[in-house]
Amino acid sequence: MLERHASRATRRAREFEAFVAGAAGRLLHAATLLTAEAPDDNPRARRLLTRSLAHTYASWDRLRGEDPYDRTRSHLAVRFARGAWHHGGLGRSRPDPASPLAPLTPQERLVLVLRLYEGVAEEQTAALLGLSPERVRAICHRATSALLHRPRGPAPAVTATKAVPS
Amino acid sequence: MSGNNREAAVRRLLEQAPRPVPPEIHTEAVRRGGRMLRRRTLARRVLWLLLLAASLAFTVWALTARPWVEPPSETTPPLSGW
Repeated sequence: MLERHASRATRRAREFEAFVAGAAGRLLHAATLLTAEAPDDNPRARRLLTRSLAHTYASWDRLRGEDPYDRTRSHLAVRFARGAWHHGGLGRSRPDPASPLAPLTPQERLVLVLRLYEGVAEEQTAALLGLSPERVRAICHRATSALLHRPRGPAPAVTATKAVPS
Repeated sequence: MSGNNREAAVRRLLEQAPRPVPPEIHTEAVRRGGRMLRRRTLARRVLWLLLLAASLAFTVWALTARPWVEPPSETTPPLSGW
């Protein structure tokens, strides 16, 4: 029994390493878009991705054909949504102007990344985030307009007055 | 359609050249994931042990107390027909 346990552990380690080598780049980029950090300086995105990958690793033997990428992405999204909800977004995580999604709110970024960058279906996004599909569509529409109709350059002036240094 | 154009424009905005992933993400994820697995195993074992102990205690109690045996009557039935 000990031997079987060990062989399962080595197989898990090998498969997980291959999975991370293939998927971590894209997931890290998605996480960086979510947290709106600069691509080279993204500690929050790395932390988010590490925690999600750890959960995938822990449930690796019980995936039963489920896509580990899917699992990690859902975990990432839910964890980010929960964090944004608890910490309010503004004071703790001011978006970096180098990020393309800096002018958006955390929820808009989440919906936009899931829908357009990851290509998750509207219903699945809605179910994952606990929103109605109409609401997801509305948020996506609003975020798209905000991104395309805003000239990229001047930073939003509103955040400067509200941000509290901690 | 303009909607598709807009979505395509946003997709182009989101796509970027992939950057190398720092290796510590993998090692840290394996470390944390392994710790979670070990904790789950430990919790499962403790719960099984608890269940075993509870069933053992119940069996011992049942064998000593014998709750299914009718207790001896402490009152004499009324005497009649004399």
